[in-house]
Amino acid sequence: MSSPKKMGGQEDVVLSTEKRLRDLMQVVIRLGKAAGAEETEVHLDETIDALTRFANNGIHQNVAEHGLTVSVRTVLQGKTARASTNKLDEDSLRAAVESSLSLAQSQPKAPHLLPMPGKQRYRRVQRFAKATAELSADERARAVRKACDLAVQEGQVAAGIFVSGQMQSAVGNSKGLFASHRQTRAEFSITMQQGGATSWAKGNAADVRDLDPQALAQRASKKARMATNAVELAPDKYTVILEPAAVLDLVGFLFYDFSATAVADKRSCLNDRMGKPLFGKNISVWDDAYHPGQLGAPFDGEGIPRQRIVLVDKGVPRNLVYSRASAKRAHKKPTGHGFALPNEYGEAPMNLVFSGGKSSLEEMVASTDHGLLVTRLWYIREVDPYEKVMTGMTRDGLFRVEKGKVTTAARNFRFNQSVLEMLRNVEMMSPAVRTAGEEAFEMVVPAMKIRGFQFTEVTKF
Amino acid sequence: MWDLAGRSLDIARLRGATYADARVMHLRQRDLTTKNGEVGTLAQSESIGIGVRVLSNGAWGFASTDHLTKEGVAACAAAAVKIAKASALAKRSDVKMAPENAYVDSWQSSFRKDPFEMPLEAQIELLLKADAEMRRVKGVTLTETDLQFRKIDSWFASSIGSRIHQRKVISGCGIVATSYKGDEIQKRSYPNSFGGQHALQGYELVEEVDLVKHAPRVAEEVVALHSAAQCPQRTGTLILGGSQLGLQIHESVGHPIELDRVLGQEANFAGTSFLTLDKLNNLKYGTEIVNVVADARQEHGPGLGTFAYDDEGVPAQCTDIIKDGQFRGYLSNRETAHLIGLERSSGTMRTENWNRLPIIRMTNISLKPGTWKEADLIAYTDDGILMDTNRSWSIDDRRYQFQFSTEIGWEIKGGKKVRMLKNPSYSGITTEFWNSCDAICSREHWTLWGTPNCGKGQPMQTMGTGHGAAPARFRNVRMGTAFGEK
Repeated sequence: MSSPKKMGGQEDVVLSTEKRLRDLMQVVIRLGKAAGAEETEVHLDETIDALTRFANNGIHQNVAEHGLTVSVRTVLQGKTARASTNKLDEDSLRAAVESSLSLAQSQPKAPHLLPMPGKQRYRRVQRFAKATAELSADERARAVRKACDLAVQEGQVAAGIFVSGQMQSAVGNSKGLFASHRQTRAEFSITMQQGGATSWAKGNAADVRDLDPQALAQRASKKARMATNAVELAPDKYTVILEPAAVLDLVGFLFYDFSATAVADKRSCLNDRMGKPLFGKNISVWDDAYHPGQLGAPFDGEGIPRQRIVLVDKGVPRNLVYSRASAKRAHKKPTGHGFALPNEYGEAPMNLVFSGGKSSLEEMVASTDHGLLVTRLWYIREVDPYEKVMTGMTRDGLFRVEKGKVTTAARNFRFNQSVLEMLRNVEMMSPAVRTAGEEAFEMVVPAMKIRGFQFTEVTKF
Repeated sequence: MWDLAGRSLDIARLRGATYADARVMHLRQRDLTTKNGEVGTLAQSESIGIGVRVLSNGAWGFASTDHLTKEGVAACAAAAVKIAKASALAKRSDVKMAPENAYVDSWQSSFRKDPFEMPLEAQIELLLKADAEMRRVKGVTLTETDLQFRKIDSWFASSIGSRIHQRKVISGCGIVATSYKGDEIQKRSYPNSFGGQHALQGYELVEEVDLVKHAPRVAEEVVALHSAAQCPQRTGTLILGGSQLGLQIHESVGHPIELDRVLGQEANFAGTSFLTLDKLNNLKYGTEIVNVVADARQEHGPGLGTFAYDDEGVPAQCTDIIKDGQFRGYLSNRETAHLIGLERSSGTMRTENWNRLPIIRMTNISLKPGTWKEADLIAYTDDGILMDTNRSWSIDDRRYQFQFSTEIGWEIKGGKKVRMLKNPSYSGITTEFWNSCDAICSREHWTLWGTPNCGKGQPMQTMGTGHGAAPARFRNVRMGTAFGEK
């Protein structure tokens, strides 16, 4: 076979056509059959990404990449394994198939391995924007220049990134299943520094025209000015108003526990808690790959269509998500949340949407007699897996709220807070919006006003 | 490979680059895991491609591709120059690079047993045996084991004439037992948590750590933790086991000495550093017994930060970071060395893969051994807590305030370990902590720990770093805050 053509260069690179993906997949499936595999599954992942990075009011790194990976899973006599390569000539693909078979044969029979699924029907999602795919390095540089000019004008120092990229993923198998998805991604993140004070803003969208880098720069600039002259407060329980990015990065650690495999393994905080009130009645969460605020493919690692699943209904955890294997064990239907096989983690919800509320951030501040406004959280890690106590720091703008007004900046705190308890103490919420953070994948989350949030220590800035 | 790398340099020069370097990299990886007596992940991968970095109009550009043909690398190099010219639209000043010699060399990390040549069946059998040993203990609710092997070839070529080939073989392994009971999930790991021990070694590492031998102890300890006393909330004497101290070094010494952080280049993501330039040679980082080096040389040991040359062609070096308690050095590259008065880079530019730009990274950041025997450290501690094996770690974005929790602790009274403690944690401020160190164990207790999962950069890169450490003692440390009085 001649090697499927991959485009060289960077800015003029385009994603492979669906026909090329299908052809490549058929080659691998044919090689699998020739090598004796009873079943063959192929994953194709292609990325074209560019990232312009700036600091100290100038671009200091500027990168672009293009890559296409073929990953093959074979099944023989009830055993399975995976091998991946980015070498697309037929000899290399054959070597990957043989490697997969060799790995598979080296183990005992997998007792819970299911036959591969056949053809599926998918709901289409449109998440590809030509304007993002065609954004040039010059255009990113000009937007960065404008943000840096603002920083200079305000006596501040800017650092951040402007990303534009496109990706596609496809999964197919020897039973006739084929699914593919392509999308674009634009992201702008900026930190503004004024003396020792910092603030931050970030946006992320499929279409770069939905992103306003200058508005984000202005927001970060204004908050950096507010963040100067921070006072040291005593660590204690505070009423906090968490902006959406702070909510996102904290609750992001909770949702891997909604995996049926995690519950079966008894490593989930939902062990013995399903169907019982766990959060406040104002908390409802679902996983919905089709929500307009979401990105991502409408199928999972085995090519099963993603379902919309209610995870939490009025404070009660109602449903888990299932791969095909965990569904069979639990006598449920797969929900389309499985990871590529073989793996030990099973599945996870990846498109989270909170119900949110109707309050504005300003209303939350106005209603607070004594509290803190939190821009974002940082370096969040799990302290207690069952009570879901998380630790981390506030970062890039912590503000004291007194008698309904933001009064001064405060030095950053360390928190040790149970997320379960936190979601029982939510007093007000904003409407949920697509939000980008740094420690969790993007979600649709609200800002939240929460009572009794536990800060345990204070740092020096 | 040299033809492709050379062609990319030629094209870059023709398009207007004043400096260029190229890395062709070929990475192979094998991952094996088990869970509850069954094979979990069983996968092998390879990836090959080229990354081209250029300077043009005084600014950087980088492009990468896996299209390894003459046309593919030419287009990639041309794109890198185009990107550099775009960077120049918003540059702050022209990039200056410290001088460096050209090297033509080939180097391979030492290993005795190539893990990719060892029988797979034996590797899986080993994991299943360790898994079974843990499951024998009543009360264990989840068992996990893992092996990971990597072989990385890189061909580095630069426009100053360097041609350097390096091959690294890396191995890693570990086991974990988890127990859920009542309202608690407890975990014990060996030889370290979050993937175990990783080193620039072959399969001999797996044989040395002997997972099967330690499996029963790990399982018994995790069950015992449920009935152990809660770690008290108090300020007092803390003894850290070597692996936990390795992570403490990583977070509170390794990251703050990265000169790109210090200069604000990581301000948007990883953060900055409290170690501003005025602190160099002017800060008492720790007590006089605290000596830390950044040592990438092979004679330091088979660490994840060991190499012959960094990814911008600078030979491996040993740099004093903390000497007799005083802050003495940063991690630098060719672009930043002159900013701290150095004539040469300290050789710490590293890249995860062909599609990532090299950035300043830790090499082996190690605390030199002290003089104490581990038994004496306990015997001469009247009242303290010994903590071992990391469970969580967190530090602020300037690397001042940290909090760690560990899987297990022991109360020490009158020079003896008197009882097991669960949910241990400690916290502090970096320089206060290192200035409270009053005892470090000797070379015989020193291990070069591997941290395989250090994240930094945008786009994110994961890098392996090494941290030599022996158990050490610290006074007046705040303990037990993370969990409170459970």
